[in-house]
Amino acid sequence: MTDPRISVISERLKEVNRVIAVSSGKGGVGKSLVASTLALTLAKKGFKVGLFDLDFTSPSTHTILGIRGIQPKEDKGIVPPSVHGLKYMSIVYYSGEEATPLRGLDVSNALIELLAITRWSELDFLVLDMPPGIGDATLDLVRLIEKIEFLIVTTPSRLAFETVRKLAGLLKELGVPVVGVVENMKMNLSKTIQQQTRKLDLAYLGAIPYDTKVEQAIGNVNKLLNTVLADKAKNLATKIVSKLCINKP
Amino acid sequence: MHEWALAEAVVAAASQTAEKEGLAEVTEVRVKVGELQQIELDIFEFALSQLKTDRFRNAKFKIEIAKAELKCRACGHDWAFDREKVDENAAEAMHFVPEVAHAYIKCPKCGSPDFAVTEGRGVWLQTVKGVK
Repeated sequence: MTDPRISVISERLKEVNRVIAVSSGKGGVGKSLVASTLALTLAKKGFKVGLFDLDFTSPSTHTILGIRGIQPKEDKGIVPPSVHGLKYMSIVYYSGEEATPLRGLDVSNALIELLAITRWSELDFLVLDMPPGIGDATLDLVRLIEKIEFLIVTTPSRLAFETVRKLAGLLKELGVPVVGVVENMKMNLSKTIQQQTRKLDLAYLGAIPYDTKVEQAIGNVNKLLNTVLADKAKNLATKIVSKLCINKP
Repeated sequence: MHEWALAEAVVAAASQTAEKEGLAEVTEVRVKVGELQQIELDIFEFALSQLKTDRFRNAKFKIEIAKAELKCRACGHDWAFDREKVDENAAEAMHFVPEVAHAYIKCPKCGSPDFAVTEGRGVWLQTVKGVK
């Protein structure tokens, strides 16, 4: 027996130019904030952007973007609604505020189901907010999405960077492209992460300083776009666009 | 209406199998659908009939619905999924993403949400028969 849903995933993503998985080796590095702000920034630049929250057990991008009370449309599948200029998809449309404890096989099944039934239409970028680590979601996405590229988020902590090394090593082994590494919540002028990133033969895409205003901006996109995080996300978006050789619309 | 999306997946997978096995014409496709998926069978069958390519013009799609069986990982209790015992909104959510069952269903014996769907989940292409 074969799972037919897998056969249709590439068809669903055929009009998506680039799929960028915002990932990290460890949780708590600000991955969802970076993914959300990057997606908003790319949309502000005039690109067609989708944001897909793949952290099924702990989704948070809907909270960051203040999304409530909307549902996808049904049209021979599900069509993600447009919110803040993004096509936005998350399991919270279906799980609501309930805790959704999922084991590995359930994560894989939910991922395959949503990739098979979601109609993204034409996008320049589909930004994926990944769960942390190198577990089922990472392995499944590498298997299921041929055009996937990773953007790795770390903090200045050696603890976070040690896990980046593992993630980068795995992606290298699997032949998956890495757009680069972003150093989030930076609090000093240390160049350690920059140097270590280059030792891994990866591009260091810049640092985002620790910004106390971000917490107050959660749930309010206008405030979020006025944070230092958003300001740095503009540079990040510019670097990503030029690195991916995508022409501005 | 996400039955259409699943029907597209079945036709795509059956086409790939037919191609691999060198079938010029497909006569029968057997599909197993888990009960937890709660598909509208009429819509699914209609979508399959509309999505048929030339190779499938005389093909019969035989669909089997597999009853959903659940097993608690905490206490080992086995039970059958009962649509009537699930709230309407929860059932609607599970129709799209069956895994959200873990948000709405608990073990009737011990109350744990940590259960396995041992049968009756997903969509499976069982066999593709035809002539070479």
